[in-house]
Amino acid sequence: MKLTGAQILWESLVREGVTDVFGYPGGAILPAYDAMRHYPIRHILVRHEQGATHMADGYARATGKVGVAIATSGPGATNMVTGIATAMMDSSPIVCITGQVGSKLIGSDAFQETDITGITLPITKHNYLVTAAADVAPAMREAFAVASSGRPGPVLVDITKDAQQGACDLDWDAAKPALTEAFDEALPGDGDVSDAIELIAAAERPLILAGHGAMLSGAERQVLELAERAQIPIAVTLLGIGGIPASHPLNLGMMGMHGEAWVNQAIQEADLLIALGMRFDDRVTGNLKTYARTAKKIHVDIDRAELNKNVRVDVAIARDLRLALEEWLPRITPCHRPAWLAHIDALKGDAAVRDIQNLPDDGHLYAAHVINDLWRLTKGDAVVVTDVGQHQMWEAQYYKHNRPRTLITSGGLGTMGFALPAAIGAKIACPDAEVWVVVGDGGFQMTMPELATVVQENLDINICIINNGYLGMVRQWQEFFYDKRYAATPITGPNFAKLADAFGIAATTVTRRAEGEGAVEAARRLKRAALIDFQVEQEDSVYPMVPAGADLHKMIRRPSPIVETAAD
Amino acid sequence: MLHTFAVYVDNKPGVLNRVSSLFRRRAFNIESLTVGHTETPGISRMTVVVDTDEYGARRLEAHLYKLVPCRRVDNITSTPSISRDLALIKVAATGEARTHVMQLVDVYRARIVDVSPESLVIETTGTEDKIDSLVEVLRPYGVIELVRTGRVAMARGTLPPPHARPRPAATTASEVSGDVSSCSV
Repeated sequence: MKLTGAQILWESLVREGVTDVFGYPGGAILPAYDAMRHYPIRHILVRHEQGATHMADGYARATGKVGVAIATSGPGATNMVTGIATAMMDSSPIVCITGQVGSKLIGSDAFQETDITGITLPITKHNYLVTAAADVAPAMREAFAVASSGRPGPVLVDITKDAQQGACDLDWDAAKPALTEAFDEALPGDGDVSDAIELIAAAERPLILAGHGAMLSGAERQVLELAERAQIPIAVTLLGIGGIPASHPLNLGMMGMHGEAWVNQAIQEADLLIALGMRFDDRVTGNLKTYARTAKKIHVDIDRAELNKNVRVDVAIARDLRLALEEWLPRITPCHRPAWLAHIDALKGDAAVRDIQNLPDDGHLYAAHVINDLWRLTKGDAVVVTDVGQHQMWEAQYYKHNRPRTLITSGGLGTMGFALPAAIGAKIACPDAEVWVVVGDGGFQMTMPELATVVQENLDINICIINNGYLGMVRQWQEFFYDKRYAATPITGPNFAKLADAFGIAATTVTRRAEGEGAVEAARRLKRAALIDFQVEQEDSVYPMVPAGADLHKMIRRPSPIVETAAD
Repeated sequence: MLHTFAVYVDNKPGVLNRVSSLFRRRAFNIESLTVGHTETPGISRMTVVVDTDEYGARRLEAHLYKLVPCRRVDNITSTPSISRDLALIKVAATGEARTHVMQLVDVYRARIVDVSPESLVIETTGTEDKIDSLVEVLRPYGVIELVRTGRVAMARGTLPPPHARPRPAATTASEVSGDVSSCSV
């Protein structure tokens, strides 16, 4: 029986196990939308195609399954670019399907024609231009295989209108992808496992740096086992949060620009760094010339191109992390390191005193307090989706995640506007999870039309706006490095509670610390979408901070013990 | 230093763009790039010369492997290999100069492939050094036009072609008749 290309598209999605897609219809994708009605797939109508890609991304990050976004040609496709780049930087497996003008019109500057495969070439793992119905199934199968294999990432499939309308037989087996196993053999320069084992055995001050790869390869248990067996403390990257329980005694916390001071100090003093599924981003290394100079380095990453990229290492292993660690573990000798662990403990020094949590309630509302309350009241079990900026760092510092995939945040690209749509994706993926959006007043205004999507899809998502009336992180940089010249960072917004009300979402405004707990509890009880506008201290900053390009151990610390505020 | 890569890719539309875009994206400057068919139908071979260090070369190799249509990458910089460049050189040559130019062509074992009253076209094959040198000695006579292919290279010995490893026929999207080998670099 012949099927149209449009039918084959949905047939392929069903066979790939897809149950939900995020999209927005338009002319060139109409045949696909027309065929959709006959397939058991939930379509979530977004308000902007960027939202569709972030939703697919959030869906993928919450579950590990491939997220799917769909849009029309031209502006529909170009609106996806930011979301695709976000997924690329954070290794998130999504498949984006775009309609394209008829194959005869390609190159003619037809209405809503754009070269989306050309545009997305550097920000996808791979992309396809499909011009015939017979090519739809092979392209879709390969797209899913590429997106989810190796280091995951986004794939775009651009399907011309005539390819959707044309008909052919579907031979699913013949459409099986034939991909080269590119990394099936060692290349010159690859490290040896025995060298890694020897370095670990010889180390006195080792430290594990665990990244997103720990979760992507499902190696959370193995990383922990390595740490416990050899008593090696762990520092995590922003995207590594949740991979190792925050409550585990060997988990020191987050490293990098806004990591804990003692974590960065430990990195600088270590004699061995074991980097597992992370990529030495400039936000975690600071000045490369002074980064961990005393440490030997082992780096395991599935992407060989990450090895020796930013930091030269002694043993570089290009392999799936879980497979690598399973091979190592039987060869790791159990040992104790009381001196090193005690030393790291001592590095904490007066950090607890400086911690804003321990300051008495001075009447001001601090974002850190809000996050801490949120963590306490949700018992650390919520899926928290953050935007980008100060609130993102405070979330990373004060919400203690104990389970993988419970912090969803745009790390590499730092995409403002990510949180609300990504949370929609996460909620669709995990309908039983308690999902909280933590977002600044700036980023929220970038994608807030998706509130309508929340309502139309009847989703129980709670939104916590950390509203300080500034583009806070940029303001902080202006305060520290531009002599408080606040160029273009003061930002107004609507009355967020009234705005939410207009969408049909319950909302409250909180201005005092004492009101926070009640507002959070009320939102949790509601069982439908709720928004809380936390009007926090305007000129608070994220501490500690390693200025961009500075030495990792030279951090700006919170003024102690008194927090100066604008009102003081 | 200069690194020479032999890159085996599927002969599909847009593949050359993917490869060259990768070099641009990762800020590597291509010294030369040539593309042509191989003995295996459907597979093209690129010879890419890049100025980078050892680590850069390794990362580039890894990045090339990440391209879906890329089957195999060999860094043949340090393996014994033969590399050749081909040039066509149009030289102004009248009267006495014509004899001199023809003598130089003999010395360099090049060939004259076109003769006109005002000029000669010389074809030469060899290492880049040899061609550079020929161009230099011809320059005083007036080089009107010059075109070079860029380096093609092959490892010496009898190792089997590395892309000949078993792999099922590719079944990717569009089997349009485009051909990277006909693209200009």
